[in-house]
Amino acid sequence: MLFPDLVKLTTSSFLSYRMRSFLTGLGIAIGITAVILLTSIGEGLHQFVLAEFSQFGTNIITIQPGKTQTQGGNVGVFGSVRPLSLDDADALRHLPYVENVNPSLMGNVEVRANGKTRRTTVLGEGRDFAHAFTMKVQSGSFWPDEDNDQARALVVLGSKVRQELFPGQNPLGSYLRVGGQRYRVIGVMESKGQILGFDMDDTVIIPAARAMELLNRPGLIEMQVSYRASADVNAVIRLITERLKDRHGSEDFTVISQEQALEVLGSVLDVLTFAVGALGGISLLVGAVGILTIMTMAVTERTAEIGLLRALGAQERQVLILFLGEAMLLSALGGLAGLALGVGIAQGLHLIFPALPVHTPWLFAIAAELTAISIGLIAGVAPARRAARLDPVEALHAE
Amino acid sequence: MITLSQVSRSFTVGDQQVAALRGIDLNIAAGDYVSVMGPSGSGKSTLLNLIGLLDRPSSGTYKLDGGDVTALDDVQQARVRSEKIGFVFQSFHLVPRLTAAMNIELPMILAGIAPEERRERVAKLVENYGLKDRADHRPDQLSGGQRQRVAIARATSMHPAVLLADEPTGNLDQTTGREVMALLEQLVEQNVALILVTHDPVIGGRAHRQIHMVDGQIISETGRST
Repeated sequence: MLFPDLVKLTTSSFLSYRMRSFLTGLGIAIGITAVILLTSIGEGLHQFVLAEFSQFGTNIITIQPGKTQTQGGNVGVFGSVRPLSLDDADALRHLPYVENVNPSLMGNVEVRANGKTRRTTVLGEGRDFAHAFTMKVQSGSFWPDEDNDQARALVVLGSKVRQELFPGQNPLGSYLRVGGQRYRVIGVMESKGQILGFDMDDTVIIPAARAMELLNRPGLIEMQVSYRASADVNAVIRLITERLKDRHGSEDFTVISQEQALEVLGSVLDVLTFAVGALGGISLLVGAVGILTIMTMAVTERTAEIGLLRALGAQERQVLILFLGEAMLLSALGGLAGLALGVGIAQGLHLIFPALPVHTPWLFAIAAELTAISIGLIAGVAPARRAARLDPVEALHAE
Repeated sequence: MITLSQVSRSFTVGDQQVAALRGIDLNIAAGDYVSVMGPSGSGKSTLLNLIGLLDRPSSGTYKLDGGDVTALDDVQQARVRSEKIGFVFQSFHLVPRLTAAMNIELPMILAGIAPEERRERVAKLVENYGLKDRADHRPDQLSGGQRQRVAIARATSMHPAVLLADEPTGNLDQTTGREVMALLEQLVEQNVALILVTHDPVIGGRAHRQIHMVDGQIISETGRST
């Protein structure tokens, strides 16, 4: 039997039971739709989160106080930890490969200017903050020097704060009261938008030394070290760890590279995508049962036809292939419909809710279609074998 | 061409052995026109199925064109059926969702014959059997006579040496039945061996050889082999 004839014969039976074929195919289509839709959203989310995390550049190492250990909790809770100080930051500045060290802490303060008051987030940072995080200063600049003991009262505004407190005027050189202290505005950041729900524009940035004093904190929340892109991340981590251990006497801090963080995050998101995909897989299973049912019925109904085919010279194998072909055609068409539907709904959702990230990798689509065809194959095997093994004499006389 | 010697076939029904055929000896040559008659249950159809390789004898040998075909496996038997044997049934056995032309084409499709060759043969058969304006109709749009003509065209599409007809006129009125018989008898003239199972003595009487069966045995044979 030639392949085009196989297609013609299987299509003819598919077409003669239109409604039934449609409903059976629909079972598979719904399954594939669910898988494609869920994985599209999962994968979109995955890419979205990774992009959010890596937009500051990937060659950044973060140091936090307290050592995260396998036996739960941050030891910092028990107070046996030395806080990270500005001196620690300075000590790291002289390590090889290190380009910038940015001491960092944050808090919530009241700012006031032009008779307007606003509660906003205050970031205590180093002067290389913008550079390290590849953020742009729209006008003005950061403070020119870093004097930890005599940090000057200078502030850089987020674009939103600037808009609210200095509408339509140049704020550079004006004074802003931050938590009751007077700061001179020396720069305005370019708008950055929200990052994982945190509005980067609704902030004011002051030197870390002043922020510690203002917020009355003993140490930094974290330090970010940016290193040369050509350097080996593990070597840099080792250098940082050794230097800080020397200073602290023990490893009471945690060093995380952006790379590691992204890796962990990536694998968590992979599991998420897989889990929602598996959820859709259950509906595929139901579709497979539908195909099994319909093919079993078809064999019973067409017993006489099977007998005839045998009498006309069909081998057992040809009968098997004909019925397997029908099952696979049903599932392949169902799969294609599901693919179209899944991608369509995903893109439609994206149009209605632009914030919802959606992404359908080609590989997923192909894998889904192959899965659909395999399901048809597996579900069709038992009925097709039964058809092939029918006794031709008995089959011919079945009516 | 066909040689059956001491062929028996028994079935197990419940825990009893029922003999459908007992020690049949039969020779059929190319161009023979043989009718097999007898009451129901006499083993006529079983004999036809055995000759058509749809069934295997319990004992005895069956030689077709000199070769023993009882020992062949499924694939080989299917090939013999495809190349040498044509079937015509009482209930026509057309595939309902395929057109008349596609039904005629079916044995050639299964045999893997090239599409151009198939088209030629179908066109000729449709012409010969007066189905030209019916070729694109489905079986349920055809009359009984037309359906049986499609079935005969299908049975001859592979140029078989043997045509096995099981009550081919059983579902047809007398006039149509006679027309169908005339078509089958035309094939005998083309040196096809026609074996006809019937219990209509008028139809059976037209054959050159008439075999009467009772209880799985041939009790009498009249006529001659050509």
